[in-house]
Amino acid sequence: MEMIIQIAAAAMSAGTPLLFAVLGGLLIERSGIIQLGAEGVMLMGAVAAALCCIRTGSPAAALAAALAVGATLGLLHAFLTVSLRVNQIVSGLALTLFGSGLSAFLGRSIAGQPMPGAVPKLDLPFLEPVPAAGDLFAHLDALTWLSFALVIGMHLYLYRTSWGLHLRALGDSPQTADVMGIPVAAFRYGCVIAGTMLIALGGADLLLVYAPAWIEDMTAGRGWIAVALIIFARWNPLRALLAAYFFGALDALGFRIQLIGSDIPSYFLKMIPYVVTILMLMYLGWRNRGKPSGAPESLGVPYIREQRL
Amino acid sequence: MNGKASAAGTEVGRAGGARRRTAVPRLAIEFDPVSDRVPWWMPIAAVLAALAVCAAFIAANGLDPLAVYRKMLTGAFGTRFGLTETLVKTIPLLLCGVGVAIAYRISFWNIGAEGQFLAGAMAATAVTIYWPDLPAAASLPLMTLAGIAAGGVWGLMTAVPRAYFRVSELISSLMLNYVAMLLLDYFVFGPWRDPGGLNFPGSPMFTASQSLPAFGGTRLHFGLVFAIAAVLLYAFLFRCTRWGYELRLIGSNPEAARNAGIRLNRHLLLVMLASGGLAGLAGMAEVSGVAHRLMYGISPGYGYTAIIVAWIARLHPLGLVVSAFLFGGLIVGGYSVQTIGLPSSTSEMLQGAVLFFVIAGAALGRVRIRRAG
Repeated sequence: MEMIIQIAAAAMSAGTPLLFAVLGGLLIERSGIIQLGAEGVMLMGAVAAALCCIRTGSPAAALAAALAVGATLGLLHAFLTVSLRVNQIVSGLALTLFGSGLSAFLGRSIAGQPMPGAVPKLDLPFLEPVPAAGDLFAHLDALTWLSFALVIGMHLYLYRTSWGLHLRALGDSPQTADVMGIPVAAFRYGCVIAGTMLIALGGADLLLVYAPAWIEDMTAGRGWIAVALIIFARWNPLRALLAAYFFGALDALGFRIQLIGSDIPSYFLKMIPYVVTILMLMYLGWRNRGKPSGAPESLGVPYIREQRL
Repeated sequence: MNGKASAAGTEVGRAGGARRRTAVPRLAIEFDPVSDRVPWWMPIAAVLAALAVCAAFIAANGLDPLAVYRKMLTGAFGTRFGLTETLVKTIPLLLCGVGVAIAYRISFWNIGAEGQFLAGAMAATAVTIYWPDLPAAASLPLMTLAGIAAGGVWGLMTAVPRAYFRVSELISSLMLNYVAMLLLDYFVFGPWRDPGGLNFPGSPMFTASQSLPAFGGTRLHFGLVFAIAAVLLYAFLFRCTRWGYELRLIGSNPEAARNAGIRLNRHLLLVMLASGGLAGLAGMAEVSGVAHRLMYGISPGYGYTAIIVAWIARLHPLGLVVSAFLFGGLIVGGYSVQTIGLPSSTSEMLQGAVLFFVIAGAALGRVRIRRAG
């Protein structure tokens, strides 16, 4: 029991950065735009938070910096994909390559420096006597609670509001959405910018809560795993929570096996998340063969008004 | 709002309607629907714009951007040594670039050249570890074959899940990059570490019979021949063979290709075998021709740079040669600014920025402004 709670707690703390990135990516892809820049955006969010936290000492300012960087990168991606209609895959790749280069460049002077501030924890003493829940939820940090709120909020938004219905229509058929009077370009801009801000927040969460300091390329592929988890979550926020925590648990498990001191070299344990991602996608592809994947139907197709299909 | 968003092809005319009494002609900004020609000066403009943006970051770091760029330029192209180094870096970039270009021809987004490169480097090193005493005539061909085969297999590990399980190749190829990097770390920190290497994370140095010959005492090695041969073969295959024709057909319309009786999956596997094989060959050439050992951090991201090289060349053979050479220079220039206190990631930052402006420039090059009727 002790062990299970420990792993669950570790899964939550490793999974929360992923969860932010998956939710952000999901919002973007629901509007019909592919977002492959997650890796670069997370890195930029993390380095912005690190620089700001060291300068000001305030985690709140660090989060604000990450959000601002996310908004800027989101605007860039939206301008390229929505307005200029460049290939969305290439634009995302450019974001990743540019983000990892620029973050390494900017963060070199502060690499390894510990952060002066921490994200405040919300203490809920009345939960402590409750078994399991007390251990897991009584002293969580504010960002984790924010991620819970986002999951529920995004679920309600997508499936219980008319705006969410509009968003789903937009991703499936922008032509229909346009005829309904939904401003396609503006809506997509909004989704891409908001979603990219969430992904950057994931990077900031990785830095401020999960890892002690900024190091070059600290996301180590988490952005790409988040892209894969969107498929696993079938573009649904509640399933995104499960997917992110499952991967958090894998991360934690590898680390724990290492601590026990097994004979398996740590390099192979570190491979687990990457290999499992591929195997999981293969399993999903095999199980869902011939069935829709749950992806928005117009994902990746630029919208040109009055273009014949 | 109506400035940039109007580039989305919706008419500015609508916004212009409110302004009609000022007698501004109604203009429509549209995309040329037929031609995707890009003006010849667009790539140059894109590089200049990228340099300008990165200048801001360099200046924020407290250095004079112009001095940094001059240093990079002379470091990469200004001296005989720099020029040779640039050519040495061109070899892996060109091989990986041709590799990913083949895959991009059929819209297969192989971003795993980095992993395929490392797989080739590891396989070539394995030959030297397990058969250390072979003569050059046996060990070099064997290393070459091992490198190509390992890279090809690493590529197939992306193609098979895509062909039979509909797994996005973007994700699987990238995940395999991390797997290859960890595998490399395992070998150089573990079983293959040079016992006499003072704990340096690298394999024992290759002997002369395991090293590719170099040209006239420089560091420029026989891999250049591989790279040129690969480009020529690539140009020939796509221009002059039935296979290349079928690949072009798949690239422009996979549905039509399928209906014409082309077996998509078989082509996909073959293409990834070739794409990965070329990257693997690059890895073999790098360990055997340059580093003369397998070591930690053997690739400064050749596989990722190759994506940019291929995209900027618009998959054109001659363009690949030019852009591989330029990006080779960028990597060497990145090393040379380390002496004045800039990280080597300066060149990575520049590479990403160039890609951004090239794709934006390609789109802007198609914009037509005309009077709306």
